[in-house]
Amino acid sequence: MKLELRGITKRFPGVLANEKISLTVEPGEIHALLGENGAGKTTLMNVLYGLYHPDEGEILVDERPVHFQGPGDAIAAGIGMVHQNFMLVGVFTVTENVMLGAESVRGPVGLLDLPDARRRIVEVSERHGLRVDPDARIEDLPVGVRQRVEIIKALYRRSEVLILDEPTAVLTPQESDELFEIMRSLAASGASIIFITHKLDEVMAIADRITVLRRGRVVGTTRPAETDQEQLATMMVGRDVELVVSKPPARPGEPVLEVRGLVVRDDRDQVAVNGVDLVVRAGEIVAVAGVQGNGQTELVEAITGLRPIEAGEIRIGGRAVRPDPRQIFLAGVGHIPEDRSDNGLVAGFTVAENLVLNTYFLEPYSHGLRLDRERIVADALEAVRAFDIRTPSIFNDVANLSGGNQQKVIVAREFRRPIRALVAAQPTRGLDVGSIEYIHKRIVAKRDEGLAVLIVSTELDEVLALGDRIAVMYQGRIVGILEPAEATLERLGLLMGGAHPEDRTAEEIAALAGTITGGGAAAGGGAAAGGGAGGAP
Amino acid sequence: MTNDGRASEVDRAPEAGAGQPPEAGQPAGPGEPAGAAARSLSGRLAGLAGSLVIPILAIFSGLVIGAFVIVLSDLKVVGLWTSDPGAAFAASVRDVANAYGALFAGSLGDPGKIVAAISSGDPEQMTRALRPISESLLSATPLIFTGLSVGLGFRSGLFNIGAEGQLYVGALFAVVAGFSFAGLPPVIHIPVAIAFGFLGGALWGFVPGLLKARTGAHEVIVTIMLNYVAYRFIDLALKNAPVQREGATNPISKFVLDSAAVPFIIPGLRVTWWFVIALVAAAVISWLLFKSTKGFEFRAVGLNPHAARYAGMNIALTTVLTMVIAGGLAGLAGASVMLVPQGKLTPGFSPGYGFDAIALALLGKSRPAGIVAAAILFGVLRAGATPMQAATAIPIDLVVVVQALVIMFIAAPALVRGIYRLRLPKGAQAEVFSKGWGS
Repeated sequence: MKLELRGITKRFPGVLANEKISLTVEPGEIHALLGENGAGKTTLMNVLYGLYHPDEGEILVDERPVHFQGPGDAIAAGIGMVHQNFMLVGVFTVTENVMLGAESVRGPVGLLDLPDARRRIVEVSERHGLRVDPDARIEDLPVGVRQRVEIIKALYRRSEVLILDEPTAVLTPQESDELFEIMRSLAASGASIIFITHKLDEVMAIADRITVLRRGRVVGTTRPAETDQEQLATMMVGRDVELVVSKPPARPGEPVLEVRGLVVRDDRDQVAVNGVDLVVRAGEIVAVAGVQGNGQTELVEAITGLRPIEAGEIRIGGRAVRPDPRQIFLAGVGHIPEDRSDNGLVAGFTVAENLVLNTYFLEPYSHGLRLDRERIVADALEAVRAFDIRTPSIFNDVANLSGGNQQKVIVAREFRRPIRALVAAQPTRGLDVGSIEYIHKRIVAKRDEGLAVLIVSTELDEVLALGDRIAVMYQGRIVGILEPAEATLERLGLLMGGAHPEDRTAEEIAALAGTITGGGAAAGGGAAAGGGAGGAP
Repeated sequence: MTNDGRASEVDRAPEAGAGQPPEAGQPAGPGEPAGAAARSLSGRLAGLAGSLVIPILAIFSGLVIGAFVIVLSDLKVVGLWTSDPGAAFAASVRDVANAYGALFAGSLGDPGKIVAAISSGDPEQMTRALRPISESLLSATPLIFTGLSVGLGFRSGLFNIGAEGQLYVGALFAVVAGFSFAGLPPVIHIPVAIAFGFLGGALWGFVPGLLKARTGAHEVIVTIMLNYVAYRFIDLALKNAPVQREGATNPISKFVLDSAAVPFIIPGLRVTWWFVIALVAAAVISWLLFKSTKGFEFRAVGLNPHAARYAGMNIALTTVLTMVIAGGLAGLAGASVMLVPQGKLTPGFSPGYGFDAIALALLGKSRPAGIVAAAILFGVLRAGATPMQAATAIPIDLVVVVQALVIMFIAAPALVRGIYRLRLPKGAQAEVFSKGWGS
């Protein structure tokens, strides 16, 4: 099926979301739609999926103009969409979810024909290598498999054009690779795929053609062979972008953040962090790599006081701290949480209120019980300027800001108070290239001012770009610590997968680990107690 | 759509920034926050106008449907529709005009009479002309307190269904303090008795607060159950010494002493200084919520408890504190009915002040000023209901129907927008009053 968009224009009050966008998707093609957040990708796909009506322009399927009144028409025309947030019922099985809305029925009263649906699902999944158990319940399945169910849902409805909206945002690198295999297999069987993303490396790896959008307009269409990541980034952002932040070598000082023998349980009461030792010194960035779900989340939550500790201790500036968010905050640890909308921000609060979310009770923002509104407003205006937070006003709810600007609010809040250590979990998840560059630069600048930085990320690019030392976490343990020079993608990948690198014995790894964990204890300890940068404001 | 709103912000921001560099180097001078405050004031006024549209239309719609109910309740007119539609229409209009006329004359008074009374300067005439308003404000007073109680809970993410029980316990404490301590001067006795009222309600709020904070017991269940405990507890107290009036066989308490009674604002009118105390309470709660660090915590916990915990706030303490203050406010509602001249406690003295409060908090969007306005509206409807029944034989229950309709429209803003073809305000999102059942 050939799909063509011709001169699509979509206006919202005061905004030109799509301006004369033309796009052709050939059968069997993987067509990447690349653009920053707010470039108009989602609007365009909602037009294509019948959720919006274009103000101008037309959609052609196999050279014939079509008019979609709603998603139902789009589905009937063979267009399927896999949303970023899955539309699945957790307590239903895979079969039930797939047939939902397109149920097979039999008999005069229309009984559900589950066996028939199940048979067709198995058929679809075998044809395209989409391995999934049709009887499994959705809530028991990992994210990557749920996504496969969404794809099966579209194929079950005989979609010939698949729209994948940022499909890798929720996947581990391995799951992404599997998804790419599936995409290739689908394309080979004649389906067209529209792949929406802002990740440059993925586009280069998988796309047949790339259309770049910026501010609602098509900037250009190209092929991976004819371009490179730098050029794509420039097209996308409209200026030159540094993909890797240049940073001088670290000059580590005293240990600031020390973790000893840490054991932590997860929500299901399983041991998630199993005896982790870690030392982060002033002026260095330690990056923790690992596949999602190997205890990194729990490690960060324990260090920041959000999760109780089963055994072990956390020392900041040589002093043991009580594992309580406020105590750790007062000890001078900044925290950029993994899930900014869930933990880092109160969506219904204004930008100004979110900028004092954890400092509101301290001078000068309050005096006793009374909040000092003028001071809060004045500082918020300054923060918005200093951190280039794009918002119409500091009195707007933070929920109305883009993801990148929300993250800047958090970064501004943590960097504007006196801290000596920073714990950042997935600091750039879901952000576009421009925002990633900005946040990486800020973190490196803080490191150079003497901050001890612990970064936890599942993005290997980020780990490699920022880490002065790279610790790999696997099944709740630190299985290796690498210098950037020796941290090749292959080596990291092996450690992340739990394989022991052949060229090193367990003892050697332990010895290497000792140089940044156990070894630090002797030098650090009491000496650092008074050396903190005045963490408690 | 929001996605594309962002695109425009990104476009505009650099231009806005271009105008700024002259002041960029300066420290934030006094002019800048003032400018920001001015902007926020005009913005707030616009926001206020916007937020009033739905409640006003909801009240209007409630009255319109109430008119149909009035027409249907007059069976003679209903029969007339088949034989003589013209006369039926005229009779219907007359019915509705009479009923609403009597309702508002009974609750707001006759404007002509009020003007005449004031110009005549005759105190007795003035008293008579102002009596309907006095009755409305009298009915509104306990509603302001209970509305604040429930509204405060909503702000902290708690659904306090127990205002009714807290009100009764507060009333009991207040009435006991009111008939005890004979010999105290009013300057001391009144505040002490009021404090007892607050304390009684606070105690009844503390229990569910503590259970929620310690064990996660859902406050909806606990407060509903504590309502029943409160009713029976009052019954028990009223049938035994020392609360029961000497010589009485029915459950009724002693009268509060004159030294504990909050006086009338104008002699001859039943509204007391309690109405002013209620307004002060609203101002205090408003300050607490929006100008204090505790209120910042309350609102943060209510909107996003995860982020509140991340920011180091003590959620358990906030929960307990909210329930204590909310219970205390409901207790004051009880005290406001007890601590008046000839005040006494009887079972069932509250016509559901604690339950109407849920509707008030919704109607007032959990904002103290909005709650006061909503409480006065309910007071007007309530005070006008009896005169309406006396004048037109339309049952008092019509008022309940109108109230329910208003609340229904408030709870379904999309319905009101649909009827009046209103646009969804930009950046609007569903207002969340309470967290889910399980959380």
